[in-house]
Amino acid sequence: MARITAGIGCSHIPVLGFAHDHKKTQEPIFKPAFDGFDWTRQWMKEDAKPDVVILVYNDHASFFDMKVIPTFAIGCGERFGICDEGFGPRPVPEVEGSPDLAWHIAQSLVLDEFDMTIVNEMDVDHGLTVPLTMMYGEVDKWPVKVIPLAVNVVTYPPPSGNRCWALGEAIARAVASFPEDLNVQVWGTGGMSHQLQGPRAGLINAEWDNRFLDGLTGDSDTLRTIQHVEYLRETGSEGIEMVMWLIMRGALGKSTRAIHRHYHVPVSNTALGHIVLEPVG
Amino acid sequence: MTAITDVAAYLAEFDDIPGTRVFTAKRARAGYHLNQFAMSLMKPENRERFKADERAYLDEWPMSEAQKQGLLDRDYNRLLDLGGNVYFLAKVFSTDGLSFVQAVSTMTGMSVEDYQAMMVAGGRSAKGARSIRDKN
Repeated sequence: MARITAGIGCSHIPVLGFAHDHKKTQEPIFKPAFDGFDWTRQWMKEDAKPDVVILVYNDHASFFDMKVIPTFAIGCGERFGICDEGFGPRPVPEVEGSPDLAWHIAQSLVLDEFDMTIVNEMDVDHGLTVPLTMMYGEVDKWPVKVIPLAVNVVTYPPPSGNRCWALGEAIARAVASFPEDLNVQVWGTGGMSHQLQGPRAGLINAEWDNRFLDGLTGDSDTLRTIQHVEYLRETGSEGIEMVMWLIMRGALGKSTRAIHRHYHVPVSNTALGHIVLEPVG
Repeated sequence: MTAITDVAAYLAEFDDIPGTRVFTAKRARAGYHLNQFAMSLMKPENRERFKADERAYLDEWPMSEAQKQGLLDRDYNRLLDLGGNVYFLAKVFSTDGLSFVQAVSTMTGMSVEDYQAMMVAGGRSAKGARSIRDKN
C-alpha cells in the first residue's frame, strides 16, 4: 500500500530559484537561507527517498489567470512544463507526474466530498519548482514524481485553514487506499510572513511564524482554527499562503514530530520557514 | 468548528487592516481587464508592443481611463485601489526590469535603499500595524 512517510513545509520565495540558477547560493546575502536546507538535501537523498511528492503550492498569475480560479486543482497529467514567468522559464527539468496515483486521489477526494478541479495539462511556476530546488539542488532530472496540488490563495476568499486541514486528512485516506507500494511525502509551501503590496509592505512577524512552526508539531490541531483575518493582520497579506501548510499537516494524522527546522529573515521581502515532519503513531 | 457564513462581516474586517488592499471579489471584478492586460505581458511580443507605444497598447483593453493613467504613471497603490493584484502587476514592473523589492518599495513611501535596510533589519514590525480600530 502507498503510505505517507513525511511532510515538509517550505517557503517558495522566487529569488531563491534565481540565486540557485545563477550560482549565487554561497553569496553572503543568500548563504544563510540555503544552509538550512543542507540537512534536508542529505536526508532526502540518503534516508527519505520518496517515490512521489504531493506538492501543495499556489500559482502566481503564471499558468492560471483571472479567467478560471479553481480553489483546489490537482494535476493528473504525465508531465508538467516550467512556466515562463516573464523572463524565460527557470533552467530546471520538467516535472514528471504520477497520473495513476493522482487520478486515484482525485476520484477518492470527490467521492469523499472534496470537489476537486482536475487538470491534465499545465505548466508550474516558482511556487512548485523552488521547493524542488531547495530539497534536491542541481539535478538533470528530478529524482521524484510530483502531483501538483494548486490552491487559490490570491483571490478572496481562499479556502479556510480548517478546510485545508480536512483536505489533508482526506488525501491521507486516499493515499492509504492506493494498492501500489509507494513512499509518499506531502509538501506544504509558501509563506511565511510577508506582504508585497500597499504602504504596509515589508511586514515580517518572526514571533508569530515560529508559533505556527511550533503548532505543526505534536498532537495539537489549534492551527486549523486560525481565521484568514489573523494571517492578514499578523503575517501580511501574502502570509495567507500558510493555509497550504495545513494540507500537509492534516495529511500526517494525529501527531507529528519535527526532525528538522529552519527559519531565516529576510529573503527579499519574505520570512523563510522550513520544517520536516514525521507522522507519529 | 463553525464555518463563516456572513460574507459582509468577513469582508468588513479586511478594511480595518492598515496599508493593505485585500484582493476581494469587488476588486477582482473592477480590475478584471487591468489584470488580464498585465497577464498579456507574459508574452515577449506583447511586451515589445507595450514598450513601443504604451498608450496605444493600453487602448486595446477595455479599462477605465483611471486604470490606464495609473499604469502610465506606474502608481501601484492607485492600481491596487482600482482592482489590480500584485502578482498581475508584477508583469508590468518586470517589463520595466524592476525586482519585487524595487517595485514594492514604491508602495511604501520609502526609498529602495531605506526599504531594503528595513528588510535586512528584520522587516516591518506588526506592532501598531494590525488594526486601525484597535491601534495595535
